[in-house]
Amino acid sequence: MSSQDVSSTLNASHTTQPTPATLPRLGMAAPLFEAVTTHGRIRLEDFRGSWVVLFSHPADFTPVCTTEFIAFAGIASELRTRGVELLGLSIDSPTSHIAWALNIKQKFGIEIPFPIIADSNKEVATLYGMVSPGESKTETSRCVFVIDPQGTVRAMIYYPLTTGRNTEEILRLIDALQTTDKHGVATPANWKPGDKAIVPPPSTLEEAEGRLQSGLECTDWYFCKRTV
Amino acid sequence: MACISSKGEMTESARKMLTALEAPSTAEEVASRASLPLFRVRAGLREMLAAELVELKDDLYGLTASGRSALLR
Repeated sequence: MSSQDVSSTLNASHTTQPTPATLPRLGMAAPLFEAVTTHGRIRLEDFRGSWVVLFSHPADFTPVCTTEFIAFAGIASELRTRGVELLGLSIDSPTSHIAWALNIKQKFGIEIPFPIIADSNKEVATLYGMVSPGESKTETSRCVFVIDPQGTVRAMIYYPLTTGRNTEEILRLIDALQTTDKHGVATPANWKPGDKAIVPPPSTLEEAEGRLQSGLECTDWYFCKRTV
Repeated sequence: MACISSKGEMTESARKMLTALEAPSTAEEVASRASLPLFRVRAGLREMLAAELVELKDDLYGLTASGRSALLR
């Protein structure tokens, strides 16, 4: 047996468990993909320069997902004014997606204006860790990935199969992220546009001592707010 | 393909993109003139490049002879 064979055998004996795929993490580049959608074949790079809300749902023609799609359609135009595109996904066929979108239009009077990925082979779902085997091995959970114009993952939300998402929170999250980028601030609990934002804590003693005389609204040296 | 229907006919969005390409243009200019989302235009132009309806020179998309005749149909 050559040394290379020995090395391979040793490595094989250490990998009895499948190696977990590297899933997206905040601040990392969003995994690239090309997929069939209800708007044709689309690549993630096609969205470069725009924010993207990539979200998965468990299955077409199910009630909670239908309410979510109606809700996402309801915020689509508001998102677009913020430079954000929606991109849905489930492990269903293009035909199923098309039939469901037409059904929503017919039964609820709502047009689905965004593309839906037909991820029949689970390629994108696997890449993004959208399947939670503890819940279902065949359906995607209710995941949301917010990807910025440079292609970086900026936020992730995971909801279980039983619980529909709050699209107002997704709008709020986009507003908060864009406010952070524009003004270099953080946003406090339950922040909404118009509220004061948090000034990042000082990183030096000199800066901390100066903070209270800075004209900012400070409760203490580490806790200052300002209007944005 | 999103630009060519199952009957082999050009879709409405493809026609809008080709019409917006009277002069060589960037994808952003096509999106603005055709009032289509940029991601859709990028994907559509890629398809139409493969179908040789458009060509790419110096980062500008333009109509090929096939693209011009497809618009007249």
